[in-house]
Amino acid sequence: MSHSSEHVGGTTKLFMMVWISLLAMTLIEVYLSYIHLAPGLMISILMALSLVKAGLIIAYFMHLKFEKKSLILTLIPMWLLVTCLFFIFFPDSFRLLEFRIP
Amino acid sequence: MSTFEAERSTASVWDGGVSPFSIPSKKLGMWLFIISDALTFSGLLIAYSYLRVASDDWPLPFHFYPSIVVSSIMTFALLSSSLTMVFAVASAQKGRTSAAIGWLWATIACGMAFLLLHANEWLNLIHEGLRPFENPWGTPIFGATFFTITGLHMLHVTIGVVLLAVISIGHKSGRYTADHVEISGLYWHFVDLVWMFVFPLIYLMSVPLE
Repeated sequence: MSHSSEHVGGTTKLFMMVWISLLAMTLIEVYLSYIHLAPGLMISILMALSLVKAGLIIAYFMHLKFEKKSLILTLIPMWLLVTCLFFIFFPDSFRLLEFRIP
Repeated sequence: MSTFEAERSTASVWDGGVSPFSIPSKKLGMWLFIISDALTFSGLLIAYSYLRVASDDWPLPFHFYPSIVVSSIMTFALLSSSLTMVFAVASAQKGRTSAAIGWLWATIACGMAFLLLHANEWLNLIHEGLRPFENPWGTPIFGATFFTITGLHMLHVTIGVVLLAVISIGHKSGRYTADHVEISGLYWHFVDLVWMFVFPLIYLMSVPLE
């Protein structure tokens, strides 16, 4: 909490590590699309990996890990809440498919 | 005791007269813009997923070669541009202006590579008959979702390239400080971040069974 005075932002080595892990996760994603998983499993793995990648970019590249905790609490829950609200409408899409006249 | 002091100091930060997040106001502004822009892209990607689930003949036009291979190279270009941007910010903060400008132009080069590959992809798809409201493969609205989401992302990359060029020239003349480099870097990383969702949802989920 009170580490804001030490405004260090990570070393070159750390950023290279983050970059390499991002590339590795992208390669895994591309490989999954090559071997054709079932769509449900595929989307779950892809979104999980993408969220991890997004987290790495925000925490290290965008430096949010090294900012004050209050800034993180101001920004992230707002995005999370509204994105969850978007999903209220989502089950409607299944209904459209089931009610379609063949 | 120490908890009490921490609470007191936290309370006083919010009493006004100081910047409670201890970042420049421009940086807070950029963060707030990024969050609202992230919501725009979230909305578009969720609308795309909705339409896709609601359609029974959604097109799967992206063959592993060339589409997925080329878009993987585009992803590599964007990820690398984020790394060079991090180095640009680090150099600018250490006062190494010429190094910072070099890294900025490396970032711009990666962004341009992304744009050229993406524009080429668009032209190929248009040549194959993809239009916003018609295509030879299936549900007509596929084109609208594809062009809207990738188009808005391309617009962001284009704006980012212009922004970084302006910041780079201004940083050289001393008009823009390391703070400006860092804040434009935030925007650039965000563009990269959005692609981390567009790439799997639009491309990797649309590879046909051969």
